[in-house]
This record gives sequence, C-alpha cells and structure tokens, in this order.
Amino acid sequence: MAKESSTKASPHAHSDRFIEAATERALDVDHLAHLYRQMFLIRRVEEESARAYATGKVGGFLHLYIGQEAVGVGAIAALRPDDNVVTTYRDHGIALAKGMPAKALLAELWGKKTGCSQGLGGSMHLFDKAHNMLGGYGIVGGHIPLACGVAFAAKYQQQDRVTLCFFGEGAVSIGGFHEGLSLAALWKLPIVFICENNEYAMGTPLSRTLSIEDVSQKAEAYGMHRDRLIVDDVLDVEAHVAVAVERARKEQLPTLMELRTYRFRGHSMSDPAKYRTQLELDDHKQRDPMTRARAQLLAAGYAEDRLLDLERSAEEEVAAAVAFADDSPEPDLSLLAPTTYAGPFAY
Amino acid sequence: MSNMRQMRFREALREAMSEEMDRDERVFLMGEEVGHYQGAYKVTEGMLDRFGARRIIDTPIAESGFAGIGIGAAMMGLRPIVEFMTWNFSAVAFDQILNNASKVRQMSGGQFSCPIVFRGPNGSAKQVGSQHSTSMEHFYATIPGLKVVAPAFPADAKGLMKQAIRDDNPVVFIESETLYSVKGDVAEDQDAIEFGHAKIVRTGSAVTLVAYSRMTHVALDAASLLAKEGIDVEVVDLRTLRPLDEETIVRSVQKTHRCIVVHEGWSYGGVGAEIADRVQRLAFDWLEAPILRVAQLDVGMPYNARLEQACIPQPERVRDTVKRLVFRDG
Repeated sequence: MAKESSTKASPHAHSDRFIEAATERALDVDHLAHLYRQMFLIRRVEEESARAYATGKVGGFLHLYIGQEAVGVGAIAALRPDDNVVTTYRDHGIALAKGMPAKALLAELWGKKTGCSQGLGGSMHLFDKAHNMLGGYGIVGGHIPLACGVAFAAKYQQQDRVTLCFFGEGAVSIGGFHEGLSLAALWKLPIVFICENNEYAMGTPLSRTLSIEDVSQKAEAYGMHRDRLIVDDVLDVEAHVAVAVERARKEQLPTLMELRTYRFRGHSMSDPAKYRTQLELDDHKQRDPMTRARAQLLAAGYAEDRLLDLERSAEEEVAAAVAFADDSPEPDLSLLAPTTYAGPFAY
Repeated sequence: MSNMRQMRFREALREAMSEEMDRDERVFLMGEEVGHYQGAYKVTEGMLDRFGARRIIDTPIAESGFAGIGIGAAMMGLRPIVEFMTWNFSAVAFDQILNNASKVRQMSGGQFSCPIVFRGPNGSAKQVGSQHSTSMEHFYATIPGLKVVAPAFPADAKGLMKQAIRDDNPVVFIESETLYSVKGDVAEDQDAIEFGHAKIVRTGSAVTLVAYSRMTHVALDAASLLAKEGIDVEVVDLRTLRPLDEETIVRSVQKTHRCIVVHEGWSYGGVGAEIADRVQRLAFDWLEAPILRVAQLDVGMPYNARLEQACIPQPERVRDTVKRLVFRDG
C-alpha cells in the first residue's frame, strides 16, 4: 500500500510543505547563484569533454549530462557532505555536484594518474571517497542494490547518513531496480532513489519500454513513498529531494522520485539522436533550467557583473582543469596489481 | 599441542563465523533461511539466538539484491558474510560479484575495497538434478579481484573461514552439501589459515593427484584402492584455488613425474585446465606422461542415480585413470 503522503503524486503536485521550502529557498539569492555556478561548471566541463573526445584525448564511451544539470545539482544541494551518492555511467555532473574537483574529473577522462580513479576507471567510473561519491557504474540497474548496501551500512552503524541513488528510466525494467527497492522498503533503508527520466533509454522512448507513464508508480508495489516533478527549477528539485532526504534521515524510510528531465546531447558521443525531432529538442532547450536560473537571478536583482564574474571563475576552473589533465602523467603498469587486490596479488 | 576436538564440517564453519562475529562488530551474516529456519543445511544453527536479528539477517529470495547490499556495505567498511543457499543460485547474482565486487577496487583507483565473503554449498549433492548441481568455482576462479577457497576438512574449513572474513578482498568460499556432516579433528585454538598453501594429505611416489573440496576425499579413497594394488599415489589438497599454490603442486610432480587433477564440474576451461597449464610450463622436464583430468562428464547433471554417479568423479574412475597413466608404456 502506498503511503498517504504520496498518493497524489503528479508532475506538478506540490504539498504546502514543498512550496514553503521552495519559497524560502528562492529568497536566498546567494544560494541560487551557488547552484547556478555548479550547473554552469558542469555544462562547461561537458563541453570540454566533448571537444576532447573529438580530438581523441578521451576514449571509450562518453555520456554527457548537458540538459540534466539541475537534477544532480538540485538533489545534491539537499544533502550533507557526509551523505553518500551512487550513480550510473552518466556521472560527470553528479560527481562535480558532490564536490569532486573538475581537474580530478578531467584527468580521469584523459586517463591520467592524477584522475580521481588514477586513470583506471574512466568516464563511467568516477569515485571520490573524500567527498562520499561512491561511483558511477556501467551495468544498468546493477548499482541499485549496491546503493542499498551503502544505506544499509549507515543504518547498521547507527549513523544518520543518507544515500542518494541515481538511475535513468531505462533501469526500471531490470531486476536490480526491483530487488533493490523491495529490500530498501522491507528493511527501511535511509535511501532516496532518483529516477532521472530523460525520456529516452538510449534511443527508445519511455512509451515503448514501459507499460505506464508515471515511473514513480513503481513505488506503490513496495509500499514506498513516491514523488515526481518536471525539472524546470533547480530550487524546486532541491526542495522536493529535501523532503525525501529528511524522511530517510529521520524516519529511515526510502522514497522513489521521478524527475522528468531531458538530455540535450545523444545517449553517448556515437549517438546522433535521430529518434527525436529538432522541434522537440529546441522546445526543451528553451526551457533549460540553467538558463532559467540565470534569469531568476537577474530578476531577483543579482548584479549582472557578479554573474559574469561567477561564470568567468568557472571558465577559469575548467581551463585550469584541462591544462592539469593535459600536463599530468599517465599511470604505469605498477598500479595494476595493488588496485586489483588489497594485499598480495592472488594468482 | 592444543587439545583436539572431533567436529563436523558445518560446526567448524559455524564456530569460525561466530568467533569472528565475537571479535569484530562489523561482521554480519545474511542469506535465505539463515536465521529463524536455522540454516537450510544447519550451518548457521543457533546463530540468530546468539547474535540477534541485527547481525543474522534473513533475506527474501533475491540473490542479486542481497549480494549487492553486501557489496555496498563492504565498501562502507562492514564485513558481510553472504550465504547462497547453494552456489547454483549465485548465477543470478553473477553480475554483482563480477562487475561490482571484483572490480570496484580497480575502478575506484584503489579508493574502495570490498571485504566480503560469499559462501554456500557447491557442486553436486544427491540426485538434486541439473539446476542444483553446478560447480560454480570454475567461473569465479577466472576472475582477478576475487579469492576462491575450497576446503575439504573441518579444521581447514574453520581456519580458512576465519581468514576469509578477515581478508580485505571479496572471497568466494566453496562448501559442499556432502561435506557438512564429515567429521575431523579441529584444534581448540585453530586460528586463521593463510591463503595459498596447499597441503599434501597423502604422500606417494607414483602419481600426483591434485584435488580440492569434496574431491579430495574421492582422491584419498582412490589412493586407498590403488595402495591395495601396490600403487602409491600422492594427494595434494589445494585448499585455495585463487591464490593457487603452484609451488607445492610442482614440487610433488617433480617427485612423481605424473599429474592428474580431480574436480567436480566440467573440464572445459576449468580449474583442471589451469593447473595443467601451470604444470606443463613449470615442470615440463619432469613429466613422463600427459597431465590428465578426472571431472564431471561433459553433460548436464542427470537425475537418475546411476547416471548421476557415472557423471561425478568416483574413486574407481580416478583409480582407472591412474592405472592408465602408470602403465601407459606397459
């Protein structure tokens, strides 16, 4: 049975509590500026990643977060630094929002020893223990039980740390999603499941992969709280996620959230995204939450000069990160054995 | 010498887990029927009463889910023991073990480790049919990042289990339903046994039989049959498959000049193939005969009792294989 507070979930359903929280936040211009800078930084990092991919500095797969920045930034703004985050292979924006320095991220993409995973993980596997960023994972849905284990550990150790677990709507058909949600609800784990519904599982729209339109309904079968919203406003994301985080922290109860978002680029760099129209893409770009945040700041009286300074400082951070990644050394073979086993190699 | 006690294999495992839970609060056990039911094979009998529901956790039938939970908890510094009711069921959690447990240390550049034990009975039992008789260790032993342990005797079960729980890496711990009631001497102060040390459990000069887990007993039975015919074989009990103690195997082969690997499960690309490769590379000049394997016949496990026994390596099949090797010139 679904919980009382969540039975009315619709993309625009706001409880009084949400609105109150959002209004309170909207007044905090410096906070919004901070979130805007994070979104701007993510977008610029992604653009540099795409550029580096085109010139061969970055290999393998590259899944960009452009268009979805408000999800990761808004959600992680609702966390404490000691809360944990687990996500998918589309992990750049999440890692930056969780505090990973841009230079550690780009160096990882470049395959350098100074990367967050010493060049052994790559774009899809970003880890930063110091910032409680527990990784990007490449098998769809496979990280969801693992994230439940991270939440389980907090509960076992009687810590009030919360875990955020991100995944796409493409993951809700696979077993790992269902086993993870089932166990999280059964054992009352302090976790928030965030489905970043960007409308396409690679090239297949939701309507062709799921029998229902409202992904958050999946929570009902597990007796789990749910929420859903369209991601227009980063502060709105923060306010909604904050409610679920609070529920996890105070009541040890999980929540499934569906955040409707949109990626402006293809699934990965090799995807020309021919499965959607230019009109659809343009429509979404006009509703870009990052642009909206900028307009909100200006409307609230945040001086344009300050905004330009803020953007300039992000640009400088990205430029410094690119230079750092370019100049860093590559890892050598001696790294392989000690990162495969703790202690002596077992052959 | 400390006092010896006769103990069953399952009791040795239980004692090891209980002692480690006493000494380390981070250790907990989860799996199907491990608590209230007292364990499908009674390995965990009494542990729920002793340690409570916080640390002895009954799970739903969701191997991928609870294996993943164990892995995430291990990354956060806990020391989970995850029981599979049988290793056959680990197939649905294979992605968790392969893609998360074994790889997270490398993917994170060494930032996160995964100190977890996966354990349960493996291979054939008695007429449990095709889907409950698979020997899964061959799949796991190929994976760098994992350790694979397969004891044959209660003392080793205890010492290796204690080590598995203390190890900072994911450990696949292979048991056998047919071994749980086997008795053996276990020292009162039996401590952890370091991985990577095979044991010569019978000395001989004609052939080296390499075995592990339940097949060590089959190899010893074959050795007794052969002794009656005046053929004196050496039996090496591997105890751990990864790390593999190639030194002890090679030293034995240098003495006997002949080697036969006995294991459950299929021979194609299995543990026996790995050992054959190492022996021919490291002891080529000492070999007087090809290296042979006695394994499950290359078919699924049939239900019919007679056919099943024909598929599983038996002492007689091992005996005949030894004789073929010893008398190949005669």
